[in-house]
Amino acid sequence: MNYQSQRVAKPYFIAALGLFVGQIVFGLIAGLQYLYGTFLFPAIPFDVVHMSHTNLLIVWLLMAFMGAAYFIVPEEAQTELYSPKLALITFWVFLSAGAVTILSYLLVPYAKLAAMTGNAVLPTMGRGYLEQPLPIKVGIVLVALSLLFNVTMTLIKGRKTSINFILVGSLWGLALLFLPAFYFPHDTVKASYGWWWVVHGWVEGDWELILGALLGFILIKMTGVDREIIEKWIYIIVAMTLISGLVGIGHHYYFTGAPAYWLWIGSIFSALEPIPFMLLIAFSFKTLLQRRREHPNKAAMLWAMGTPIMAFLGAGLWGFIITLAPVQYYIHGTNFTAAHGHLAFYGAYAMIALSIISYAMPLLRGRTANSMLAQRWEMTGFWVMALSMIAMTLALTGAGIVTTFLQRAAEVPQGFMQVQDKSRIFFWIREFAGVSFFIGLLIYLRSFFFTGEYEYSTEVKQALSK
Amino acid sequence: MQQVFTKAMARNIFIGGAGFFLIIYLLLTYDTFQQIPVRDHASNMTPSVLRGKYLFDTNDCIGCHTVNGEGAYFAPELGNVYKRRGPDFIKAWIRSQPTGVPGRRQMPNFNFNDEQLNDISAYLQWLSNIDTNNWPPNIEG
Repeated sequence: MNYQSQRVAKPYFIAALGLFVGQIVFGLIAGLQYLYGTFLFPAIPFDVVHMSHTNLLIVWLLMAFMGAAYFIVPEEAQTELYSPKLALITFWVFLSAGAVTILSYLLVPYAKLAAMTGNAVLPTMGRGYLEQPLPIKVGIVLVALSLLFNVTMTLIKGRKTSINFILVGSLWGLALLFLPAFYFPHDTVKASYGWWWVVHGWVEGDWELILGALLGFILIKMTGVDREIIEKWIYIIVAMTLISGLVGIGHHYYFTGAPAYWLWIGSIFSALEPIPFMLLIAFSFKTLLQRRREHPNKAAMLWAMGTPIMAFLGAGLWGFIITLAPVQYYIHGTNFTAAHGHLAFYGAYAMIALSIISYAMPLLRGRTANSMLAQRWEMTGFWVMALSMIAMTLALTGAGIVTTFLQRAAEVPQGFMQVQDKSRIFFWIREFAGVSFFIGLLIYLRSFFFTGEYEYSTEVKQALSK
Repeated sequence: MQQVFTKAMARNIFIGGAGFFLIIYLLLTYDTFQQIPVRDHASNMTPSVLRGKYLFDTNDCIGCHTVNGEGAYFAPELGNVYKRRGPDFIKAWIRSQPTGVPGRRQMPNFNFNDEQLNDISAYLQWLSNIDTNNWPPNIEG
């Protein structure tokens, strides 16, 4: 860490991890309600648990991305952040807005919340991921503007690298793509079409650019490989993201009321969407093999190498399985989609967030890397979480297949709840995998509570004595 | 190879590719928006349908259910529920919630009056007539 102002990233990273814990707790409750529908009812109905789970996911990922931006942009620009104070104020505003949102979900019935917050004037509520009341949505825009102002001014006054251009550019994209959250026409088909501008635009477009910039930055720092080569790779990867993903949005338009030509366009282009993830794997492992130094932060390297693989499995492979129109005709709206959603969100975005946290947090705490003891805890957490998430994905896939064959493609189709009852074994596996994931998260968090840094002399001595 | 294919070329592919496909997408979107009102019979969105839609959104129905496959997977598809169950069943069902059967998934009671139930039913009827390219495959949704 070379600039004092990079320190503002620290509260963002800590808050991100705190909110991550909250997300998993709500996930465990939701999973249990699948099995015991009366659990916590009517105090917290499933929809409230569900929106708390998904909103916390978005908030903690945004927290981590913002922290990453405040950490990376000054370092890349080789200058102090334009206004560390503004970044800190923005942090508290965003954290309070997030807390108020979740509390309002838990304490106020949704319809009353809508009535209290002026939803009748400009309706925006009642859509997946975008459940927030109007004032909170406006607050999100203000937080984004503050971030954009700060990092753009820093970029302007400092060195201009491709990593910084892609990162700051994609943060602009992130903010612009949130604006359709205010477009909620009466026509349900148009509303769904526009909702995907935010959701697809973020997770299958813009956020992949953020992922590329973050991974590029981490690998430049950790491997010492020439920046020109890494930045060229990143440009090719994000080019493929947008070439496949922009029109690939059509895979959301098959059965929602949009014209039939989307069946073809969506199938063809979304079938190309795994390509950037394959390139990401090739890029990161090629870079690892060509490394010019051994960075002592082994845990960060594990996260950085694990991200492309898990992202490929979740976004690339599981996404591809459900994306072709004739297949999606039977799989659309089943837990197969939930399986894809979980592995893709975790593999691509949670893991890149944890990668940058893993690289930056020791530096923010005045160490090059954590002690090997702390790193072993962190790497154990990595494996437990990764394997649990794969188990959860397989369980949800199983539930999706049950629905596909008993409800969708059956000669005598059965009713929804009848089929759900037959998936109980998979919902149990999912819940156990969730508990195991939570244990992995606690092991990971334990790693932050060891003092001391990586000591070359001790490690060398230990290696020689074996 | 590294001299032949430079970073500037990679950047230009990125900008050019993104720009080209963004324009294609905008053109397709323009055409789609011309077709949607015909495919979903937007002219049939009466004041009652719109009131029903508002109730539907502000009670977060898609927090448990799906509409044309979008939403949460905790409760049945509602895009075609009007054709599956009919208005009388739907209204009686909503009125009688929660069932309170131990261990079963529960739907809250939203305390809708008769007029509101008619509005919701009208919205569900409108939803069930959207041309969704023959989805879902059967009436069970």
